[in-house]
Amino acid sequence: MKTKYFFLSVLAITALLVVGFNAQAAQAPMKEVKSAKGKVSGANIFNRLLKKDKQRNAPPAEDGIHDPANDGTHVLQPPLIAYDGLPTTEFGNYVDWVKSLDDGLLKPRYDRFDPTVEPLVMDLDIVREVRASMPDVVFPHKPHTQWLHCSNCHPKIFIPQRNANVISMSAILLGQKCGVCHGKVSFPITTKSCTKCHSKPKPADWKPPKSEASLKNPWR
Amino acid sequence: MCAARGITKSQAARVLVFFGEFMEGGSMFKSAMVGLLSMLAVLMLPQAAQAEYADVVINNYADAAGMRPAVFPHWYHRIRFRCKVCHADLGFKFKAGGNKITMAKIIDGKFCGACHNGEISWSVENCGMCHSGVPGTPTQIHGSTVQRLVAPTYKSLGKPAK
Repeated sequence: MKTKYFFLSVLAITALLVVGFNAQAAQAPMKEVKSAKGKVSGANIFNRLLKKDKQRNAPPAEDGIHDPANDGTHVLQPPLIAYDGLPTTEFGNYVDWVKSLDDGLLKPRYDRFDPTVEPLVMDLDIVREVRASMPDVVFPHKPHTQWLHCSNCHPKIFIPQRNANVISMSAILLGQKCGVCHGKVSFPITTKSCTKCHSKPKPADWKPPKSEASLKNPWR
Repeated sequence: MCAARGITKSQAARVLVFFGEFMEGGSMFKSAMVGLLSMLAVLMLPQAAQAEYADVVINNYADAAGMRPAVFPHWYHRIRFRCKVCHADLGFKFKAGGNKITMAKIIDGKFCGACHNGEISWSVENCGMCHSGVPGTPTQIHGSTVQRLVAPTYKSLGKPAK
């Protein structure tokens, strides 16, 4: 009996809220659109279904994965304090880590104990031609060797040999090849970060390659 | 569904059991009030996690041992050390939960214990500084492309092998 009342009250409040939200949703956008020629639907707004993060770089206690009931959580440094003065990007941590390092704003250690050890930097760009119409990929060894050691990538993830590695965007998105880091820790694959890798424009006389079907067509 | 809102099935079950006991002896008014409050509680729950990109939650053994899962902030560590220090020198694999770290290994000076030994950084007695995750959070890299595209595949490994 009591459970029945409990569920009834839950239902009643849900119904009230649904009605309330609908009424709000119907009314709120109508005020935004002002037209001289008459009423225009308030539905024609940008990003209607896109939810943006309310707060970027939230402090640990408010970030959803740290437990606010834990005392240690409140001792941890909030990221925004650390990011003060660093160059920004539009993805990942919203910090341009490579630029921060180049500008000398950060001095992370290359050796655990000795702060004076300098990294083994190799300045070699690898150009990977892309079969599709996207600009070709330029892989710069320089920023990678500033952070990493050769053995992190070679030979397990990338065979250090020309044309030995088959890389596709789907593999990267699923966490293989470049995706071992990019999309997890280093800058992620978003529509805003394509040109960071696909940075070399196609030559002027570039034409899309013919498909298998048209190459094998006997009446060609 | 529940996990996305920051609560686990076990937590939800505990709340339900609590309700069951609470409803044993009570008036009609009490039931209605409980219903109202529970609805409000559901609406007040925090929405999806807003944690920092690349924060790693490691919950291989923590939940089974009754500890909060450990949270590793990549951003904090990359300001102080280059990737090479942990991923080449210390042998951390590029996989969340793939290193099977235990407190025994850390105290032995391996993995986190290479620095968290009271010399380079604070020592293991600060349990809550690492074990600060919401209980029941699965092993993950927060904000990763794989996490956003594919259903989570990481599972608790249970008790560590001796």
